[in-house]
Amino acid sequence: MIRLEGLTKRFGTFTAVNGIDLHVPRGELFGFLGPNGAGKTTTLRMIAGILRPTAGRITLGGVDLIREPMKAKAILGFIPDRPFIYEKLTGGEFLRFVAALYGQDGDKIEKRIGELLEVFELTQWRDELVEAYSHGMRQKLIISSALIHRPELIVVDEPMVGLDPKGARLLKDIFKEFAARGGTILMSTHTLEVAEAMCDRIAIIQNGAIAARGTMAELRQQTSSGNASLEDLFLRLTGGSTARELAAILDG
Amino acid sequence: MSLSLTTVLGPKWRTARARLRQDRASGGRGKAVVLGTVGLVFWLVVFGVLYRVLAYFRGVEEIGPLLAGKLLGLALLSFLSILLLSNVVTALSSFFLAKDLELLVAAPVDWLDLYLAKLGETMLHSSWMVALMAVPIFAAYGIVYDGGWLFPLVVLAIFLPLLVVPAVIGSATTLILVNVFPARRTRDLLSVITIAAAGLLVLMFRLIRPEQLARPEGFRNLLDFITVLRAPTSPFLPSEWATRTVMGYLVGPWDLLDLVLLWSTAGAFVVLGAVLHAQLYPTGFTKAQEGAERFVRGWFWQTALAPVSQFLTVAKREFIVKDIKLFFRDATQWSQLILLAVLVVIYLFNIRALPLFTGEQVPFFFVSLVSFLNLGLAGFVLAAIAARFVFPAVSLEGRQMWLLRSSPLDLRALLWSKYWTGTVPLLVLALIITVFTNVLLKATPFMMAVSIGTILLLTLAIAALALGFGALYPQFDTENAAQIPTSFGGLVFMMTTVALLAVVIVLEASPVYAYLQATRNEETLRILTPQFLLPLAAVVVVCGIATALPLRIGLRRMEAFEF
Repeated sequence: MIRLEGLTKRFGTFTAVNGIDLHVPRGELFGFLGPNGAGKTTTLRMIAGILRPTAGRITLGGVDLIREPMKAKAILGFIPDRPFIYEKLTGGEFLRFVAALYGQDGDKIEKRIGELLEVFELTQWRDELVEAYSHGMRQKLIISSALIHRPELIVVDEPMVGLDPKGARLLKDIFKEFAARGGTILMSTHTLEVAEAMCDRIAIIQNGAIAARGTMAELRQQTSSGNASLEDLFLRLTGGSTARELAAILDG
Repeated sequence: MSLSLTTVLGPKWRTARARLRQDRASGGRGKAVVLGTVGLVFWLVVFGVLYRVLAYFRGVEEIGPLLAGKLLGLALLSFLSILLLSNVVTALSSFFLAKDLELLVAAPVDWLDLYLAKLGETMLHSSWMVALMAVPIFAAYGIVYDGGWLFPLVVLAIFLPLLVVPAVIGSATTLILVNVFPARRTRDLLSVITIAAAGLLVLMFRLIRPEQLARPEGFRNLLDFITVLRAPTSPFLPSEWATRTVMGYLVGPWDLLDLVLLWSTAGAFVVLGAVLHAQLYPTGFTKAQEGAERFVRGWFWQTALAPVSQFLTVAKREFIVKDIKLFFRDATQWSQLILLAVLVVIYLFNIRALPLFTGEQVPFFFVSLVSFLNLGLAGFVLAAIAARFVFPAVSLEGRQMWLLRSSPLDLRALLWSKYWTGTVPLLVLALIITVFTNVLLKATPFMMAVSIGTILLLTLAIAALALGFGALYPQFDTENAAQIPTSFGGLVFMMTTVALLAVVIVLEASPVYAYLQATRNEETLRILTPQFLLPLAAVVVVCGIATALPLRIGLRRMEAFEF
């Protein structure tokens, strides 16, 4: 469903993403992990068509994103890490506008807007300007907007930030159900428990390249880590702080 | 200055330096040269005009220095009013909405340091333009009246307190307003009040017809005139004290009291402002964090536009509806319509007030000439309006570009919607001012036809140029739409538009002249000649290129945007 071949992005002399190859098949929930500045968000933004790759190829549902962007983007839902929305539109108007970007309108869309707002408990805020929404409410609205056109694949950057426990649980259930019905999800997250519990496969990216990938069992095997948790694997692969360093900070 | 104050101010200074370095690294030298040249030309023009006026005043016995003092007093009073308005608006951003406030308020920063740092920031942001404007004015006074090397120091001594007083009053006004309304509502309120006040000022200034003051029959005798000149306009205003100090230094008699008044008032205001800040800021800042709840039912525009929008694709239709809703819900945007109305009223008033109508029979030649040259003026007015309303269109999408780029939206549809949302109102306005002006001037049908045809073509081109340059020089980080046109890109757009207007006027001059000649000599105008048709065809081609090219370049630029 998602295929990346030699994907590279340079900003001037800095290489943010360095020749990534990746395939996420239909129906899979794929986790994308890595320390801050590793190149996760840049990769996701290239897949969403926001950034142009310096080199390499992105194929979504068999369609080349660079050659046929409209066709490729039509099956995609993107949830960014920072929820910037038109402040002076209401929640309902925003969803109607996003549906229109995908060429959809009419009674069916009005019904779907109502359903999505209901699921995310935003119905009472439907006619309120987004400028008065909290961070979590905005995040819920953006997640609703990514689902409004019934996408085949979802690319999501840090979905849990700002969500209350109920919202986080709801999102997990939606993602699991979406994948179970044949949808594909590529998700970047720092919440390792979420990744461990939800993702079919995981890739750990560092310095713009994939350091390891596979199921939890495969990752343990690759790093000879026995029964280690994802957190231990992550720290082993990316280099974590030692207890001595932490003690030094706390003691001053 | 305490250690804490320098720490608070440090990041601002370092940010400004880093921005300068980035600009230099990204080829900002060309930009600096253009801005520098435009600024220098402006300075020279102001200096030149004032130098001539003051040199003339200096030659007039008795009244000369009085007139020069009156002129300076008026200029400083205008500065004071502008500074007051701009400080009120700026204080809202720096004291209550700035992004660094959460960090500063949470840190153990002394309240007085915070007040002084933010007051300084407010003063700097709202006063730099006025300070630059003052340079050629004081330079002209210093040179004409032989101020000598001490004069710049005298100017500095009177100008600093002149900047401090409105900054304190402006900040205090905002502080009180924020304690009454939520900050986000206050911002809306302030943008409307400021623009309405500015518009009213300009309108009043024009409607009192200052040109009549130059008529000698307006004064009964010289003594009356001198009495009026000698009387201080506003004895309790700092601008009057500053004027008396400057004129006292230049032509005497020198009185230190005015300077003492200026500095002691500024000092007292800072102290009073600090006391008020200590009392009201904590509650004001807390109130500023409150959101402004607003429930709206947005069906009006959907229904109003339905007859037209049913022929459009769903994306284009929703884009237009969205843009119109955002415009009318954002006070910083719609309030600019007040200025627009003022501009149109003054424009038509100026045409009506032309001395053409003072005589019995208006010469046909002059009316046609004014009607023709009016095209340039109308074009300039339209360019100024396009800079306000069309130029920011792409910049305003900035933070939402993730949504537009990740969706299957064709950017051409976006550009198309933005173009026509801006162009249609502009076309209506262009037609109104052109037709009204020509009716007021009693222009002939030929001149009416030329005017309407040209202004239509020009409007299409001006809107395209505004959109194109807006995409070439986007301002994605700004929160206030009203600030976008004052950027470098806005300046380049205005310069290009003026060049286009000049080209069109020059091209059309020959067929219009042929028409005037033929009418004056009572000959039949031969339209089907190359001399007549070629320039008109050239205007069509030039305007066509000026419409298509910026849109194409703008589209390319938008396709290359990265976020």
